[in-house]
Amino acid sequence: MLQRLLSDNFIPSADAGVGALAVSGLSVAYHQRLVLRDITWTAPAHGLVAIVGPNGAGKSTFLKAVLGLVPALTGNIEIYGRPLKRQRALIGYVPQRESVDWDFPVSALDVVTMGRYGLIGWGRRITGKHRAAAMQALDRVGMADLAHRQIGQLSGGQQQRVFLARALAQEARLYFMDEPLAGVDAATEQTILAVLRELDAEGRTVICVHHDLQTVAETFDHVLMLNGELVAAGPVYEALTEDNLRRAYGQRASGLRLGPR
Amino acid sequence: MEMVGHNTLVVLLGATALGLAAGMVGCFMVLRRRALVSDALSHATLPGIVTAFLTGLALGIDGRSLPLLLAGAAISGVIAVLTIQAIKRWTRLTEDAAIGAVLSVFFGAGVVLLSVVQELPAANAAGLKGFIFGQTAAMRSGEAMGLGALALVAAALIWLFFKEFRLLAFDEGFARAAGWPTGRIDLALMALVTLVTVVGLQTVGLVLIIALLITPAATARFWTDDLAAMLIIAGGVGAVSGGVGALLSSRFADLPAGAIIVLVATSLFFISLIIAPSRGLLGRSLRRARLRRALLARGITG
Amino acid sequence: MTLDAATFLSVDLPALLAALFACLSCALVGNFLVLRRQALMGDAISHAVLPGIVAGFLVAGTRDTVPMLAGALTAALVAGVMIELVRRLGRVEAGAAMGVVFTGLFALGVVLIEQGPARQIDLDADCVLYGQLEAILWLAPNGWSDLTDPALWATLPRQVVQLVAVFALCLVIILIFLKELTLVCFDPALADTLGLKSGLVQHGIVGLAALAAIAAFEAVGSILVIAMLICPAATARLYTDRMGTQLVVSLLVGGVTGLGGYALAAFGPSLLGYDMAVNAAGSIAVLAGVILGLSILLAPRYGVLARATGRAMRGAAA
Repeated sequence: MLQRLLSDNFIPSADAGVGALAVSGLSVAYHQRLVLRDITWTAPAHGLVAIVGPNGAGKSTFLKAVLGLVPALTGNIEIYGRPLKRQRALIGYVPQRESVDWDFPVSALDVVTMGRYGLIGWGRRITGKHRAAAMQALDRVGMADLAHRQIGQLSGGQQQRVFLARALAQEARLYFMDEPLAGVDAATEQTILAVLRELDAEGRTVICVHHDLQTVAETFDHVLMLNGELVAAGPVYEALTEDNLRRAYGQRASGLRLGPR
Repeated sequence: MEMVGHNTLVVLLGATALGLAAGMVGCFMVLRRRALVSDALSHATLPGIVTAFLTGLALGIDGRSLPLLLAGAAISGVIAVLTIQAIKRWTRLTEDAAIGAVLSVFFGAGVVLLSVVQELPAANAAGLKGFIFGQTAAMRSGEAMGLGALALVAAALIWLFFKEFRLLAFDEGFARAAGWPTGRIDLALMALVTLVTVVGLQTVGLVLIIALLITPAATARFWTDDLAAMLIIAGGVGAVSGGVGALLSSRFADLPAGAIIVLVATSLFFISLIIAPSRGLLGRSLRRARLRRALLARGITG
Repeated sequence: MTLDAATFLSVDLPALLAALFACLSCALVGNFLVLRRQALMGDAISHAVLPGIVAGFLVAGTRDTVPMLAGALTAALVAGVMIELVRRLGRVEAGAAMGVVFTGLFALGVVLIEQGPARQIDLDADCVLYGQLEAILWLAPNGWSDLTDPALWATLPRQVVQLVAVFALCLVIILIFLKELTLVCFDPALADTLGLKSGLVQHGIVGLAALAAIAAFEAVGSILVIAMLICPAATARLYTDRMGTQLVVSLLVGGVTGLGGYALAAFGPSLLGYDMAVNAAGSIAVLAGVILGLSILLAPRYGVLARATGRAMRGAAA
């Protein structure tokens, strides 16, 4: 079934003018509280996009709603011009690190191989080809040596790299990452940033929730600024203005020095 | 009241009092996400009951003396709860696995002991099985008064320590940091739960007492966000279930009281799940639909 | 009790086989409940099947196995769906949701048992709680040499055949879908983004657990079912960090517990000089608990002692 879905996936060429992700009128409510209100936004066809905004701005919720993990109250979501359901194979997701059971009996390689389960399909065996692809993904994030370590015995940064490798193993066109750089060590940060640039160079789109305003401009091309609503969106140098930041963050942002450190 | 005979009245009042006590005490278990600890607690009373019976037999006391059996029940129940906490604290096993393992192993031990008792020529173990399924209809006025006293004690303790219990239920970490003796408050709470469980065993049995601790509290949660109100509603739901259940079972011979009491509580739960305005299904979906309409009315595409 | 071949073959062997395969099925399926932190689903299911069993009997009017098992399976699935609905629609915490649903269904079962037709034949809740391992008889073999006759094996008691079949079924399903099961237990959100429906798999896990539980039920009773769903898997968690090893260890523990627990119950008292046998289902549960308890203390890496000495050594090194 998934194989059929896969062949069905439709990726327009980059110059067709269709964005990787098109969101219109998206609203999400938790417990009757409106977390996101009327977001309309089209992601660029390729490039690195940062979602920024203060705590509680609905950044993670935005990702989860786009991925169909939380229900949307209103709105429409399209991936490469088609509904999400038919385009799942094009999407890779790196969740926040806290969300899994670290005692679970799986190795780093097992976790990365999980990224390929969609490609493998229901009830089919994991072949050497898939395991090799998973190993290659681990190698890309510098974790090949620790492939057989149980995930709970890795450091926080290493765990984050495993999750990134898992997304790489999905061979997706469009990646969603929830704070991939939060709380990682310097070496991991360098690895992750390098992988992001590689993905960009390969013509893929990466949409990251990002908490550190200082580093947005060095890494990302585009910005989506949220504060319950859409505050600004566009190329970093256009959208990341003092004025927009004040609108998103209030007075807290006024002391920020923007641009490269 | 002339339509109701003396025996029925006794059972009715006793069951109402038990429902009241269990409903209130259960609130703290449900709020602390420990609903199923009471499951383990009640199943784990069985080996204690049988051991107490055997001890009584060995000492030459009547093995079926109620205080002895209930003391045995309380002791093995408490050991089970402590075992669960130790497993959770000292091993990588999660709480659900700890509860399930302790519950089934303790109950298994009870079953083994029970089979030993049944093979003893001297023992008359007929009453012991009543603890598993309960025997509401056989309640005597002394027992009903005991249940009434239990309800009073539970209500008084909750009233006295309302502030402390609330703190513990809401934010244990904060309570500890603020210097409250959380260990002792917790112990008091568990003692109260144990008391209700052990006393309720005889009435509704060890499976169905779990329902009286969980269901009224979960029902009350649909109606309010305020702890004091929740305690009152849960006590009310428990009392109504006990009273109505006992009454129904006295009218229809083939309706066992314990089970009917629980079914009344379960019905109230599902009715509340649907109609309760604050957290019920209908209220929530109405509000969600209204929010959606309001958004769309403001010209949102979608 | 003297142990002659004919008695052993017709009384103890079928009971041992039933205990073995009941424990193996439950232990295998239990891994996924424990890993998903839903161990108490086993508890909930095994209480909730009571009304299904009684209703199956009331509808069919006989003590045939098929309608009762069908009723039990239906009740288990209803319980699973209801718990999920209460949890999601009512936003009730999982433990409370299970508690409300399984006690309600159990109460319904108790009421149904008291209705006229069910009363006439002794369908009582006892056999649901304790099971009837000792009542499984295989009258055909008279001596060890009979076991070489294949025709004789065809007369194995229905319960044993049923338990072997269910174990084989569980094993095959789990081997085929091991990767989906593991993924959903580990990270249901990823499964959803990959388009592998996690909800479906989770209901599948509950269904498998219900199947194993119900097959084991008749022989060993509801409480043993809970012990075997949880204890072997929990024991295995203390020895390994690999999924494959986890499954193998849990099967080993389950098998040893089933055989050993029955043997202790049947032969233990007479070895001690008492002329009686204790309840085998209970004894299996107790043995499962003892093995788990010893593992908690002594397991090489995750045992309490190993952890304590590990801490002490780290403390000394620092």
